Amino acid sequence: MTEHATLKVWRGLDVNAGRWEIYEVPFEPGQSVLDGLRWIRIHRDPSLAIRFSCINANACKECMIELDGKTVYACTARLQSGEMTLAPLSNKKLLRDLVTEIAPPAERFVRS
Amino acid sequence: MRAETDVLVIGSGAAGMYAAIEAASEGASVLLAERSLIGRGGATVMAQMTVAVALGTETPDHWSHHYRDTLAAGRGLCNEPLAQLLCEDGPECIRAMDDWGVGWARKDGHIAQAMAPGHDRPRCVYVDFLNTGPAVSKTLRTVLNKNAGIRKAGDLCIVELLLTDGEVTGAVALHLGSGAPVILSAKSTVLATGGLTRLYRRNSASANMGGDGYALALRAGASLVDMEFVQFFPIGHLAPRLIGMDPIMWDPFRYKLGGRLLNNRMEEFTQHYGVAEDGKYVITRDVGSYAILKEVEAGRGSPHGGAYLSFQHCSATALREAFGPVIDRLAANGIDLTKMPIEVAPIAHYHMGGIAADPQMRTDLPGLFAAGEAVGGANGANRLSGNAITEALVFGRRAGHSAAHHAKRTHAMPDRADNGQAALGLTVASSSSDINTAEMVQTLQATMQDRVGALRSQVGLVHALDTIARLTSELGDAPPGDGKRFDMRRIDWFDLRNMLLVARAVTEAALARTETRGAHQREDFPQPSPDWALNQILRLQDGRIVMSAAAPQASVAVAS
Repeated sequence: MTEHATLKVWRGLDVNAGRWEIYEVPFEPGQSVLDGLRWIRIHRDPSLAIRFSCINANACKECMIELDGKTVYACTARLQSGEMTLAPLSNKKLLRDLVTEIAPPAERFVRS
Repeated sequence: MRAETDVLVIGSGAAGMYAAIEAASEGASVLLAERSLIGRGGATVMAQMTVAVALGTETPDHWSHHYRDTLAAGRGLCNEPLAQLLCEDGPECIRAMDDWGVGWARKDGHIAQAMAPGHDRPRCVYVDFLNTGPAVSKTLRTVLNKNAGIRKAGDLCIVELLLTDGEVTGAVALHLGSGAPVILSAKSTVLATGGLTRLYRRNSASANMGGDGYALALRAGASLVDMEFVQFFPIGHLAPRLIGMDPIMWDPFRYKLGGRLLNNRMEEFTQHYGVAEDGKYVITRDVGSYAILKEVEAGRGSPHGGAYLSFQHCSATALREAFGPVIDRLAANGIDLTKMPIEVAPIAHYHMGGIAADPQMRTDLPGLFAAGEAVGGANGANRLSGNAITEALVFGRRAGHSAAHHAKRTHAMPDRADNGQAALGLTVASSSSDINTAEMVQTLQATMQDRVGALRSQVGLVHALDTIARLTSELGDAPPGDGKRFDMRRIDWFDLRNMLLVARAVTEAALARTETRGAHQREDFPQPSPDWALNQILRLQDGRIVMSAAAPQASVAVAS
């Protein structure tokens, strides 16, 4: 019962000079968007930047991204057949691809 | 970029945060460096329930009883002074956390203590529901934030410890947010980097627990102890796919509700491995993992290769009372425990081995301290349920104290470390290699799970060493990537450099120990050997891991 999701992922280092890349990702029903992003890193492009620690527990709260324009945790949003658009948080400073600066200013080495 | 501090603490789980708080309270300036986000990335935040401590609020208790249970679980290999420190100082740290507002669950006006396998009486405190880790993390983070003497810095990946005339004088790091190297000069350095569960495909901890502290310590010249003892938690969630929950979650369910472990004939089986459960939760982690894997091997496993765990004897009301909103999260995943069993299987959970340290948390390198799971030896060959958070708090506090005092006695900050240029050189080096680092991590995890997991044999271990050697050679001497911010292949490269060294240490120690004891189960040597009532000490010499054996540290005096 493997299904396929089409993940349209924003890539880039500069918010004004990014590109969209499209990945076909196989999945079993119930799997998370983070599962899909980890699959892309292993099977398609290890340079895809994502941020997460706890993988599955929704404890670290690091994997926030925008899915079809809404803020979600990638570890609890589920993969679905069809196209899903993944972008970095638009209200945070972009670092790369889906990674944004989400640490409170007092917890950064460089307090920009 | 550079920074100077009295005390550098690496890692911001409970051990690192407590170390920072304690060192600052002694008047030291502290830099708390974290690979990810402060208080989010380690294992602490993942803890679901139990914290073992002889508070005596539920039934009379004394630390010496806790100590006796800890030694029994450790199968003769505990470093007794460390185990004693854990048990003796535990109550004070747990009460300090209570004063700071962690919110330990109360029953009839006192702190509730649950019974857990391996303990002789109810001893485990917790925060409802399944909220122990997040509550501990948040509480310590709040205390940190009130302390002006502590500078916090996330997104720092530590590349190497700095050495000056044999003394550890800080570290070189890669700042992930910019890609730039950072020199952190410190009079004292505390490794609070947690364990190595990321080496395994199925694990219960965060993605950044790749054993980096062990690798940093080894390369600096410190000793590690008992690296073969990786604890597998027997009933990690296997199926159906469950998101938004930690796979370790069935542990608290079993604490509160018992539950039945079944094979594919829907028969209980642990009695065939020496432990009849009768619906209670009494099986220790080493025996539980062994029993499940042996049932699977005999063709009696569940469809996904584990065992069934059933709570079908529980009413919906009892489930709701015990776990409240967690029942709704299960329902969202299509799981109704009154109607179906779930599947569970062993999952890498904790590392008993680690950096050799004394009860002051001093390593054998001046200026270098260790804390929490990064420390080896307190739990011997098998950790008792609930000892990990206690250890993090107790060892963290002690390490912070020792590090602050060491810093006071150290006057000058060296301006040039002996290995500074080499370490800095590595952070700015670049190779044009097109290796798929994410795939390499996956290959290493599969090898460790299948060959260096809960059941081991010489053939499998030798095979694993071959794979580790091949991956090490593939990795090469310089990181790939563009060196800009959040360069994932480059970050993976530094992780793999540590993970492969630590994997080698675990595998070589496992190959050398020709017996079965606690979490180290050799199918070709299925019995414990009295000749092996020894700790294995590992050091790195000219790129080779050199091992020696020594009798475990005995306690000086113990009350009974």
